[in-house]
Parts: sequence; structure tokens; C-alpha cells
Amino acid sequence: MAKGDPGGTTRSKRAAPRSRKGATGDPQLVQLLTPEGERIDSVIGPDGNEYRVDFTDEEYRGLYRDLVLVRKLDAEATALQRQGELGLWASLLGQEAAQVGSGRALRTQDMAFPTYREHGVLYCRGIDPIMPLGLFRGVDQGGWDPNEFKFNMYTIVIGAQTLHATGYAMGITMDGKTGTDDGEAAIAYFGDGATSQGDVNEAFVWASVFNAPLVFFCQNNQYAISEPLERQTRVPLYQRAAGFGFPGIRVDGNDVLASYAVTRTALDNARLGQGPSLIEAYTYRMGAHTTSDDPTRYRIASEVEAWQAKDPIARMKAFLEKQQIADAGFFAEVDEQARRESVHLRERVLDMPDPEPVTMFDHVYPNGSPLLDEQRAKFSRYMESFEGSAH
Amino acid sequence: MATETLTLGKALNTGLRRALENDPKVIIMGEDVGKLGGVFRITDGLQKDFGDQRVIDTPLAESGIIGTAVGLAIRGYRPICEIQFDGFVYPAYDQIVSQVAKMHYRSGGRLSIPMVIRIPFGGGIGAVEHHSESPEAYFAHTAGLKVVTCSNPQDAYVMIQQAIASDDPIVFLEPKRRYWEKGQVDLDAPLSDAYPLHSARVVRPGNAVTVLAYGPMVRTCLEAATAAAEDGRELEVIDLRSLSPLDLTAAYESVKRTGRAVVVHEAPSNIGLGAELAARITEECFYSLESPVLRVTGFDTPYPASRVEEEYLPDLDRVLDAVDRTFGW
Repeated sequence: MAKGDPGGTTRSKRAAPRSRKGATGDPQLVQLLTPEGERIDSVIGPDGNEYRVDFTDEEYRGLYRDLVLVRKLDAEATALQRQGELGLWASLLGQEAAQVGSGRALRTQDMAFPTYREHGVLYCRGIDPIMPLGLFRGVDQGGWDPNEFKFNMYTIVIGAQTLHATGYAMGITMDGKTGTDDGEAAIAYFGDGATSQGDVNEAFVWASVFNAPLVFFCQNNQYAISEPLERQTRVPLYQRAAGFGFPGIRVDGNDVLASYAVTRTALDNARLGQGPSLIEAYTYRMGAHTTSDDPTRYRIASEVEAWQAKDPIARMKAFLEKQQIADAGFFAEVDEQARRESVHLRERVLDMPDPEPVTMFDHVYPNGSPLLDEQRAKFSRYMESFEGSAH
Repeated sequence: MATETLTLGKALNTGLRRALENDPKVIIMGEDVGKLGGVFRITDGLQKDFGDQRVIDTPLAESGIIGTAVGLAIRGYRPICEIQFDGFVYPAYDQIVSQVAKMHYRSGGRLSIPMVIRIPFGGGIGAVEHHSESPEAYFAHTAGLKVVTCSNPQDAYVMIQQAIASDDPIVFLEPKRRYWEKGQVDLDAPLSDAYPLHSARVVRPGNAVTVLAYGPMVRTCLEAATAAAEDGRELEVIDLRSLSPLDLTAAYESVKRTGRAVVVHEAPSNIGLGAELAARITEECFYSLESPVLRVTGFDTPYPASRVEEEYLPDLDRVLDAVDRTFGW
């Protein structure tokens, strides 16, 4: 800071960033289910909105089932990577509630723009959970149809998809699909690290000035690979929204009910023409960033233990038990389903064939290219030249 | 036949107008493209006639222009993005090469990004730094992008409409120093068959040396050909028009006849289009060549201060010098 800069003289008086404050009891944090499994009927958020959910017992059980299934499938994928069957895996462990809560709040017509970690949202969109594994195994680049499922491709370049989501949302407005209850909205997923990217900040600018029907859903899992939140920001992330001219709200990202309620409200506001908003789902990545890094190098065990106590599945289970919404038979049945589906997933991954090499030339251009056609033909002749080639 | 005399800039403007009229999904977006009509006035009057939902003044951030256009394309629109100057495209480079170019491939052909990225490129207008660059090789090197450039008003009018109608993402380079040059434009010219977008064209036939050029250098090479003809050498000038994919059919036929080739571009020579052209011609026409394929290019420096750009840019003398040298082997 330059000498004489008035900011420098007040620096010591400036409030310390509050972003690392614990989740429980934080007045900034919208919560409907405590870590102990106590239900909070409704809360008035710091934004003045009332947040509540009104689920049937069956729906509560369904959310629990979602959480358990995505965790189990994620664990299976991690195991597959460790056994050399996947080149890489980005685990969602610890972030199930943020993903299932927001994913279940989406309506069929809403479009989602994920990062590479949104396996839980993908599951909620009705996409076969094997789909992202092809990408991480290296046999394809993600095999689902973004338009059919309204769930875009995983985007690995950090934050790039927030601009795509913004443009898509601008298109919703241009198509006249806002302002009614059956309107459309878009949601952009990204992490705390992405908030440092230019693209994310540009997306905030665009979404704001074009009043785009868009929800920015930031899963603040506290680390960008090894770098803690302090390396990305000095103010709580949700507060950034105010500077761009739209509301921001922080939700307990380990609380599936609050994540659902906050996302649904933001989506409803968007589809009604009230523009974008930012949700900061305050959560914690319990595992590594991807299977390539070692979190014991940059995190302390007590921090991980503190977050284990806020586990999204344990608190949902405690709630279901206390309220007698589910019994032991139900929990056993869900566990059995998760086990069955993960075994099935494993079998199918092992059966995934490598693609034919010549397919690397497919889909480079919608209209093709003569030079590429020539290269493909040469490559095919080369492959056929091997003795005994079946090609 | 409705033929008018138009500048290259006005031909682009007329082509954009046609595209907006013909397809309600076509939109233009960029900095200052609305009321101002763009800093070169290429979008002049379009916002007035088509509204600010079709001709969109954007915030000032290039990655945002391209990135939001990707989302609009996914939504079914056909965005035309204007990058104000060549040297300002780099903040959008990631979105162009990592997203625009790869979206079709990554999605297994399920998504297309029918986007046109218009970039005024090249020097010769006495501009300050970052306003006179030739970034074509960066884009031509990227699979999934197509790169084209026009050299005259007729091509400008037709090619911009062809590019907009194509489902491929296209970097459309506009030779800014030629914006004000006039030519006859057939406004009823068909968009298909007669002049396919990705075809090179012989713009002056000859039998002594094949000269390959594109964009702003085509006129320079035609002037060189006129001068060479006075010395009794008929240069065959080919306007490549498409830089990716390259259409070299005409070039190969020509070089097999002339035995000599000179490639001319403003961009630096190192790893440039000239290197690719020389390699392909050598591979395909080796037994016909009387001399190596020579390059006449800008230098491997940043684009220099404008008071020396005339020395940086290939001109008639440097082209003729290279032609002479092809007879020295």
C-alpha cells in the first residue's frame, strides 16, 4: 500500500475477514438443519428472505438416499483411481449436501453449468453416474447430451463456464422465458478458487448489467488445491455480490435442506426476472482436490475433524431418526442399494472399451475439414498397414 | 444484378445487415458496436435498425464477450463477436482456444458453437502499439477453429455472410488498412457454390512465379505483379482467403507449372503461415521446384512504432526482391 494512502492508516482498524468463522451459529449462515440433526423450521436470512422447506417424509428420505448414493459412487470412483482404472478423480466427499440440495432445487427446464466435481448435481439431473468416469478414465470426454439433460459438460478450465452460463441466461431473457412462474433459469457452479479468476468477475459484471436469470453457486470448500481461502479473498465471498449489484447469501453447504431452500429461492427470483444472485455454500472438501494431491501437506488434522462433526449425511440421518421418518430397515436398504449400485458401476467401468483410435478425428468441426479428412485417411492406412490388423 | 461500388468496410456492414435480416438468431456483440457503430463503423446503423437486443454493446472485457457468446450459442443463437483490435484479442484467447474451438469435440458433436469472431488485423494505419498485429497463426494452429480473411469488398460481403451461416466457429480477420478501399460488389452474389468460403482463388494468372498472399497483402502482391509484368515476368497471385483449413489445390497446380513460389504475409516469419505453406508446397511439388519456397514477412519483433512500420511491412520492393531471388538458384 502506498505511503500516504488513507487506506494504510486505517488498516489496523479494519475488521479481520470473517470467512473462516465456524459454520455453526454463524448469523451470516442460512441453516435449517443443525449438525446435531435439529430442524429449524424457517429462518429469515440476512437478505430478508424467509427460507424454509416443506417436504413430505418420502421426500426427506429421498434426499437422504441421494446423499448416500452420491457419496458411495464417489468413493467407488476414488477406489477405481487408486487401482489404476481412472487417470484421475475429483472427489465430492463432504460436498454432497451442497450438490444434492442445489441439484434437487433445479427444475427440468433449468440449465446447469458445472465444474469437474459436480457428480452429485449430475446425479440429480438424471444422468447415468458412469458418464463422468469415461472422462476420467480417458475413453471419452464426457458422454452425456447437455441439451437433453440440461447439464453442460464438465469444465476444467477454472471459471470459464460461468461466462457460458451468463450468456445462456441472457439467451433465456432474449427468448422471453422469464417473468412467469414456468420460466427458465441457469445455474453456474464454481469453487472458491475460481472467484479469483477474471472470467468469474466478468460473469458477475455481465450477469448484473444484463439482469441475467442466473444463480452463481459457489461451493466454498476452503481450499483451491493447497491454497486456503485467505489466498483468494479478504472478504466473505458472498459479500462480493453487493459490489456487482446483486444479492449474495451464504448457506450452510453441509445442510441439504438449507442448500435446497436457498437455491430454490434464488432460481425463482431469477426466473421471475429479478436477475442474478450469488450463493456461497460454505462447506469443506474432506478429501484431496483430486487424487493427485496430498492434503496432509497443507491441512491440519484438527480442522478436518472439526468438519467431520458437521457431516451432511450424519446430520440428515440423525434428523430422520429423531423424527421417526425412517427406521433401521430403511437405512439398511439405502446402504444396500448404494453397495449394489457401486458394484454395478465398477463392473461397467472395467468393461468400458478403449475408443477406436481413428475416432480421435471425429467431431473436430461440424462441417468437417478437407485437411483433417486427408490426415485421417493417412492415419487409417498406416494403422491398416500393420500385419494382421483387424482395422 | 445489383452491383454497387462499396468500400470493404461498407461491404462488411452490408453483409452483416443481410445476415441480421435473414436469421433472427444472428446477434452482434462487442464494445462500441451499437450507437457508435464500432470504432471502424463496420456495424454502423445496425443497432438503430435491429435494436439493442440484436446489436449488443457489451461491457469492456474481451473474455466476457467471447465467453457469454459461447453460452448464447449453446442456447441457439448465432453470435458475431467484434474484437476491437487484433492486439486486444489475447484476454479472450483462453475462451477462444479452450472453449469455442473445443466445445464441439468435447461434446462428441452434440454441441456446436456457430460463432464468428471478427478481428480487424494488420498494420499500415499509423496506429499505436497493440493496434496493428497479425495473430492469425495462433488461431490457425488451433484445431476446431477456422480462420478466414478477405482482401476485397466483394469477398468481404460474401465471406462474412458465409461465415455467419456456417456452424463452424470462425475467426474472421478483416484487413483494417483496406477498409476504405473501394470495389464493385454484386449484392445478389450467391453464398454457396460459386465461391465456397474455404477456397483459395487465383486473382492474377501468370507463369513465372506463384505468389501466395492473403488479406492486406493481396493488393501489395497484385501491385508487385503489375511491376514485374513490366519486366517481362508474369506472377501468378493466389489469394488464400482461408488460412485454416488451407486450400492448396490451386497453389499446387500453379507451383507445378511455375516451379517457383513466394509466400507473403505481414505476421512475423517464425512459425508462421509461410512456414506451413513452404513445407506443404515442398512436400507436394518437390520435383517441380526450381528454387526453395521463399517468404516475405514482417520481422520477428513486436509490431514496431508506426513511423517505421513501412519498413516492417512487406512492400512491393521486398516482394519483387524475393521473386528475383527465386531465379538465383
